[in-house]
Amino acid sequence: MKTRILAPAAALAAAALLLTGCTDNNASADGTIKVNSTSDACEVSTTSAPGGTLNFSVTNGSDKVTEFYLLADDGLRIVGEVENVGPGLSRDLVVIAPEGNYFTACKPGMVGDGIRAAFAVTAAPAGQSVNADRAALQETAVNLYSAYVKDQTQQLVEGTTEFATAFAAGDVKKAKELYPAVRMHWERIEPVAESFGDLDPILDAREADLEKGDEFTGWHRAEKDLWAPKGYTAMTQAQRQKIADKMVANTAELNSRTQELTYTSDKLSNGAKELLDEVATGKVTGEEEAFSHTDLWDFQANVDGARIAYEDLKPLLTENDSELDQALETNFATLQGLLDQYKKGDGFVLYTELSEAQIQELSAAVDALSEPLSKLTAAVVK
Amino acid sequence: MGRTTADDTARRSTGISRRGLFTAAGAGGIGLAVGALGTSAVNAAVSPQTPDTVVPFYGEHQAGIATEAQDRMHIAAFDVTASTRESLISLLKDWTEAIESLTRGAEIGDGATGGNYDSPPDDTGEALGLEASHLTVTIGFGRSLFTLEGVDRYNLSKHLPEALIELPHFSADALEDARSGGDLIVQACADDPQVAVHAVRNLARIAFGRARVRWSQIGFGRTSSTSTTQTTPRNLFGFRDGTANLKLEDNDLLNEHVWVSGGTGAEAWMNGGTYMVARRIRMHIETWDRSTMRDQENIIGRTKKEGAPLSGGEEFTEPDFNLQGREGPLVAVDSHVAMAHPTRNNGVQMLRRGFNYTDGSDGLGRLDAGLFFIAFVVDARTHYVPMQSAMAKNDLLAEYLRHTGSGLFAIPAGVQAGQYLGQALFDA
Repeated sequence: MKTRILAPAAALAAAALLLTGCTDNNASADGTIKVNSTSDACEVSTTSAPGGTLNFSVTNGSDKVTEFYLLADDGLRIVGEVENVGPGLSRDLVVIAPEGNYFTACKPGMVGDGIRAAFAVTAAPAGQSVNADRAALQETAVNLYSAYVKDQTQQLVEGTTEFATAFAAGDVKKAKELYPAVRMHWERIEPVAESFGDLDPILDAREADLEKGDEFTGWHRAEKDLWAPKGYTAMTQAQRQKIADKMVANTAELNSRTQELTYTSDKLSNGAKELLDEVATGKVTGEEEAFSHTDLWDFQANVDGARIAYEDLKPLLTENDSELDQALETNFATLQGLLDQYKKGDGFVLYTELSEAQIQELSAAVDALSEPLSKLTAAVVK
Repeated sequence: MGRTTADDTARRSTGISRRGLFTAAGAGGIGLAVGALGTSAVNAAVSPQTPDTVVPFYGEHQAGIATEAQDRMHIAAFDVTASTRESLISLLKDWTEAIESLTRGAEIGDGATGGNYDSPPDDTGEALGLEASHLTVTIGFGRSLFTLEGVDRYNLSKHLPEALIELPHFSADALEDARSGGDLIVQACADDPQVAVHAVRNLARIAFGRARVRWSQIGFGRTSSTSTTQTTPRNLFGFRDGTANLKLEDNDLLNEHVWVSGGTGAEAWMNGGTYMVARRIRMHIETWDRSTMRDQENIIGRTKKEGAPLSGGEEFTEPDFNLQGREGPLVAVDSHVAMAHPTRNNGVQMLRRGFNYTDGSDGLGRLDAGLFFIAFVVDARTHYVPMQSAMAKNDLLAEYLRHTGSGLFAIPAGVQAGQYLGQALFDA
């Protein structure tokens, strides 16, 4: 397993000292390059470093918000940056850089070209190859994912319309059939859908999410009506129509807003992690679909969404951390294998049909995948 | 030990000795003992602990609120089963007497070993040899004590304070009945868990037949500092908690935000008291642990290491919510520190006194752990409900939290020797 950025710096430093018994002259013992950004200077502890992973520890010694950049030799292309460093605070920038000429730049107050200095990256230690063209790989990943989100949203729009029509018309059988299947399009892109703080509660809030005075609408409102609990009074046709219309209108709004979205590779990896969090907190516990118990459909869709993001990022990952890539590959397959056991027709068995042991097994597989997935961001952004 | 027949009768009926506080206000008890032990021995017996581990029991306010937060807690809510008002009063009297002993580090009644050889000991004994450990025991009344399903059980409903509301259902609440509510609350805090547990155990024992435990929670690791002399501790997310908490040194602020005053008529009994909000907040520890450091700090709005606001400075630097970064304020508007800040809450502040808790693991192998949130406020309607309502919906941290227990309790003022806790309510 590779060293994580979050590993305690002190422990790393101590380990490095023990191993080498000395420090190099330029960087600190753990290889960290210290940067002190003051209001009129950018003090970098060394002007050169060997190629590979560079770790800058940036401290803001000014009273303004500062930024630190590593720029390519044209002085334009950004190799790595750390933004939003508050006065007195420290932030790390971890970048992979091959041999070449660069510039470091501090930007106190976040304005202007910054206080620049030349920075040389020497040859990487033997046995390490560094590919510089990660920008192209990142762009490809982001484009692929963007297309996926648009496709899913489009299918969600169509499916929601079909569902809403059946629901409003009181065609319970059809609406029940469509409900879990259409929701999968939503669940596959849940982090994107949830990023619209106004639409998410209208479309996907569970009853427990509401407080007194909030209107209960969206998928779970329909769910409750279709799988009515004891003592529940069914909606009138007019009420169903209102819920249905609202779902269609808000999904159309979601679709139009999604067209405008842009992504970065860390958004993809964080999104994948969030999808697994969703599985862990809501689906594997059977809380998402309190009335229909179709949690495994949502489960599968969350896993689908995470897997797509991971696969889009794969070219960036294999180069940086093949071990992590292998762990993710294996754990996605294991989890999918488990889910496949509960497939029934086009869908799945109900959550309530699972035994406690089966739920525990699924949950353990989710945890096994979540853990390496939480390291994906650090591995793809550097 | 020179026991009288009357004492024996009293002990059989309630399970503890009634000597001391309520028979000649303690003088009789000491007087009896002097004959047997001599003055110096009595002084040692009455105050066997070094005074600096004792928090005074008597006072204007109950201890355990604006006193230094200890490291351990055992809190218990009780349902009163007493059939009469007098029986309920007798329970409060017995509790007061027991608490007075416990908090000085003394044994209850005839003690763990000093009683009748053919009776169970008055004190269960597991705190023998332990110091007072800054034990404080704070008691309060739930709304259901005043009125339960429309029934005025103890002729108290006319004294139900308006502020003792039923807390509303907040967004994403997942409250469990068996962890919520209660007629009485007993908060025992100490630096030694055994001392706190000993206190609750003995009070529960004293209550048998008059009140039964509805729920209880053990907490370790205070999650707020309540004094400027204390360092700010960390919650189970690893962040400092309580940096901006009200401190016991902030007298004016306590008078404004914590202590009830100026109440008249049926509510006059609450003067000098306060309200306790108790919420069991389970944390999704595992998902939190898988979130990036960047996310963790942005969600909280502070650095993890120092606890400095992301707008810069050090732990106690006031956050600058206007300081802009590339994508907006450095301290996000929906970060925890921003949501909880007085400027976002009509200037209200709370005295928080919560504890970390861990109840082992759930069936899926996840830590059943979190924060047992306790806050003392002058009125939950202004000082808790609006804040929690906003946080449940918008706080970035809410995604990692799940409120599973809830209670609101009226905490009466402190007492002087010869009085019992809550007496003002029953004398009113």
